[in-house]
Amino acid sequence: MAEKRLMQGNEACVAGALAAGMDFFAGYPITPSTEIAELAAEYLPQRGGRFIQMEDEIASMGAVIGASLTGRKAMTATSGPGFSLKQENIGYAAITEVPCVIVNVQRAGPSTGIPTAPAQGDVMQARWGTHGDHPSITLSPSSVEETFGLTLRAFNLAEKYRTPVILLLDEIVGHMREAVILPAEGTVEVIDRVKPVCSPAEYRPYDAAMGETAPMPDFGSGYPYHVTGLTHDREGFTTSKPAEVDFIIRRLHSKIEMHLADILQWEEIATEDADILLVAYGATARSAKAALKMARKQGVKVGLFRPLTIWPFPEAALTQVAKGKQVIVPEMNLGQIALEVERIIKAEVSGVNQVDGEPLNPAKILQAIMVGSEVSR
Amino acid sequence: MSSLADKYLRGHKMPHIWCPGCGNGIITHAVLRAIDQLQWERDDIVIVSGIGCSSRAPGYLDFNTLHTTHGRALAFATGVKHGNPRLKVIVLTGDGDCAAIGGNHLIHACRRNIDITAIVYNNSIYGMTSGQFSPLTPTGSLATTAPYGNIDRAFDLCDLATAAGASFVARSTTYHANHLRDMIVHGLQNEGFSLIEAMTHCPTYFGRRNRIGGPVEMLKMQQEQAIPVQRAASMTQEQLEGKYLIGELHNQQMPEFCALYEQVIQKAGGGNQR
Amino acid sequence: MNNHEIRLSGSGGQGIITAGIILAEAALLDGRNALQSQSYGPEARGGASKAEVIISDEEIDYPKVSAPGILLALTQEAFNNYVQGVTAEGVILVDESITANPSANQHIFRLPILETAQARLRPVVANIIALGAMAKLTGCVSLDALEKAVLARVPRGTEDLNKRALATGVELAENQQKYN
Repeated sequence: MAEKRLMQGNEACVAGALAAGMDFFAGYPITPSTEIAELAAEYLPQRGGRFIQMEDEIASMGAVIGASLTGRKAMTATSGPGFSLKQENIGYAAITEVPCVIVNVQRAGPSTGIPTAPAQGDVMQARWGTHGDHPSITLSPSSVEETFGLTLRAFNLAEKYRTPVILLLDEIVGHMREAVILPAEGTVEVIDRVKPVCSPAEYRPYDAAMGETAPMPDFGSGYPYHVTGLTHDREGFTTSKPAEVDFIIRRLHSKIEMHLADILQWEEIATEDADILLVAYGATARSAKAALKMARKQGVKVGLFRPLTIWPFPEAALTQVAKGKQVIVPEMNLGQIALEVERIIKAEVSGVNQVDGEPLNPAKILQAIMVGSEVSR
Repeated sequence: MSSLADKYLRGHKMPHIWCPGCGNGIITHAVLRAIDQLQWERDDIVIVSGIGCSSRAPGYLDFNTLHTTHGRALAFATGVKHGNPRLKVIVLTGDGDCAAIGGNHLIHACRRNIDITAIVYNNSIYGMTSGQFSPLTPTGSLATTAPYGNIDRAFDLCDLATAAGASFVARSTTYHANHLRDMIVHGLQNEGFSLIEAMTHCPTYFGRRNRIGGPVEMLKMQQEQAIPVQRAASMTQEQLEGKYLIGELHNQQMPEFCALYEQVIQKAGGGNQR
Repeated sequence: MNNHEIRLSGSGGQGIITAGIILAEAALLDGRNALQSQSYGPEARGGASKAEVIISDEEIDYPKVSAPGILLALTQEAFNNYVQGVTAEGVILVDESITANPSANQHIFRLPILETAQARLRPVVANIIALGAMAKLTGCVSLDALEKAVLARVPRGTEDLNKRALATGVELAENQQKYN
């Protein structure tokens, strides 16, 4: 039975992961994500799943990839400093096409920053954090209930597209508690990875056309194969032939880009008649929505575009919605998504930025809206 | 050899990248002979490596093979083993990969006593990047990054693994190829973390720079320096100067990580779930 | 019904965050929307601890409390830090040990929360006593819902103790000396 209850964001993340079939978690303690590891340690063995606390962040990412290769649905959770440490192995998962979910509960940085304070400073790191050209699927929830749904979705996308998926939370959503109505167990869509049906002799682990992914067997299931972080050919073996290298890098991107309709999610609020458009994500979208309501009460026509999929960014949808509107991007950083929005709509946007470790107050956004409405008048 | 090669090598991946006279082939051969002796199913085996000359070995071996990032082989291998404890997990790693960048993972794999067998190809040098000193390079040796002689002290990797909690620790050399195979067999049979340090020779970047000579001279040096642990018992400290011990150096049964985790699952009530 | 922005404050180890969670759960049981958030320092014991609860019949967008209508402060430091933010008509509930200078329209209640917990029950239930008193004084949640929420959250075997703590809080509120 679906039931309404008070739940913390980090707790909803674990619930969503379990609903998706997570049966492996490797992690290292770090504020403000630690509750995720704690709950995984408690719940996983209750279902026959496996938890391990590794010696460091890098090792947790390695263990997650190793476990996924044995057929496990695997997740790790961290915050900024740990996210930085995991990057090399996230890149490894990208090129080897190993499904896994990485949760980053963002806190104020750089470096140790303020461990218990919120920020949205890792948005670009989620896109460009590891070296080399790689695609990124990054999801960002704004509420506890959405954290459940997007964690589940992160697993589904990871399995479907054989890719690491990043769930970008922030300290606000991760730590706050609000009412959620979670779907009853077994009523949600769960996607499992496609396994090969050909004979082991015929199996080639990376034999896929542009836009596609190859089936993936579990280690020990009768399809012994080679996995390497070196650029590889369709058989999985090292290659430096320019045509083969070019193909695999472009295919990695194409398997995401050719399925945008499936991957992209966003919400549009009161955008139809709006003169001013707010673009906001994560906890900041809540502040933006509150500011929108205040502005509407004062007769200012404001809309909100809220990407749930941050990477890839819902470009076409934003271009459509932003047409003829003044765009304001509130963020708990000094302007990261604002740059992306500017690039997409090819027009200047104004930012409302906060980096003091406090959440973005709606009054501050309202102020920017009012300045904007003065300008447009 | 030819039958072993047919059975276990990815023939189409030959020739390998190792230099003529390199000891890595001898160690890899010993690994395959050990597996063959134990009659293990090919598909039950996962061979994991990091980055470096020795870590290229899995690419040539026809098993489930996982060539990971630098230093992280044991972390990935831990995920593989914990993910499916039925699998037999072997890590092939080098002195730089295992003792420098991967040192933290090494001591923690030992501490957990997780059932993984790590074979460390110790050639005393970073060969892949052409000759920098590693944490196992003897003090005083020359390397590209120690042009005036290495001032660092070297780990005794076997003592380190023993102190960190590994349940089986042994050392052998490429000169003692059959002995090396036997040590690997014992390591593979041990239910727990096993470390076998295989002393090998890098004529290209260590032997030549340090004026030891070619592969033959380097093997002869192993013959002179390696003292079987039983024989060492009747030797004086003076006689042991400049030597190292080979053989089974530590063997103590202890609870294994995955087996302990099965108890966690039972305790949590998840025993019938999967 | 009134919407409430509530700030609970004290020091680490006083159960401030647990109190916030219980309050939010009680609000849900009353059929209202609730959102709880918190901030804390690196100290597990001692140090400042703050929990915030918003109770509303509308959707709660901004999760933080900017001007609480209800403040609970169990330490002088917490009182000093947070008293300024309270709305002009706000209700301030503090432990008796705190020196509180009432401002014009604010209602300040000083109750012997910590001492009563220590002398009559157990120190750990001070937070529950405070919740009982707060519910009685402000009506932010119903006493029925609060009791249910307390019993659902506290460790097994401590239900009776916590029920008594809640009743004690209500009783302290009933006998309170209103300062202004």
